[in-house]
Amino acid sequence: MADFDQELDASGLNCPLPILRAKKAIAGLESGQVLRIIATDPGSVKDFEAFAKQTGNELMESGEEDGKFVFMMKKA
Amino acid sequence: MEEKKLAIIATKGTLDWAYPPFILASTAAALGYEVQIFFTFYGLQLVKKDLNLKVSSLGNPGMPMPMAMDKWFPVAFQALPGMESMMTSMMKKKMKDKGVASLEELRELSAEAEVKMVACQMTVDLFDMNPADFIDDLEFGGAATFFEFAGDADITMYI
Repeated sequence: MADFDQELDASGLNCPLPILRAKKAIAGLESGQVLRIIATDPGSVKDFEAFAKQTGNELMESGEEDGKFVFMMKKA
Repeated sequence: MEEKKLAIIATKGTLDWAYPPFILASTAAALGYEVQIFFTFYGLQLVKKDLNLKVSSLGNPGMPMPMAMDKWFPVAFQALPGMESMMTSMMKKKMKDKGVASLEELRELSAEAEVKMVACQMTVDLFDMNPADFIDDLEFGGAATFFEFAGDADITMYI
């Protein structure tokens, strides 16, 4: 697993909360810094792709770990 | 990236129908949209300080109910006193269990993300509503106010 600057645990949260929490966390980062997001909402897999595409932030990784979804998002 | 605009008209005042406007508004704002919601008629219940919204299966055969109640429960039963409150608390509990945000939270997040909320002045007058019952930062206006924003919105939806 690559390095990250901040971690957000959105486990147990349902749409649209993981996206909204991620957006807030990213707002506090510098450009180029990486946020690691953990989620349990299966819809978040597609949603974080869509979020990255529309905001310009880069979804570096999207995968599963211990039954949870893990994303690495680099701030544009 | 040029900022896109989303205009929403919220017309319904039940717990279930209160979700789409705030889910879409807060998410669009997170995606960089400028968002405005125009609340009219029963939609004004969504901008009261105290949200006391209910849900009912009456007139809504599509609402899933626990224990397949919708299959054997006579419709007349659903009209009994207390049924609406019961269904509302069951729905709220289900939402909480599934990690669905409360309406208060979604509305708060929308406001934080600078979603502009406009209340229909005509409805306020029509139902003799008290402006003091509404959340702060609510603006009051009419149809022309809505079109001022919606006129150059990329997406407009009626909920």
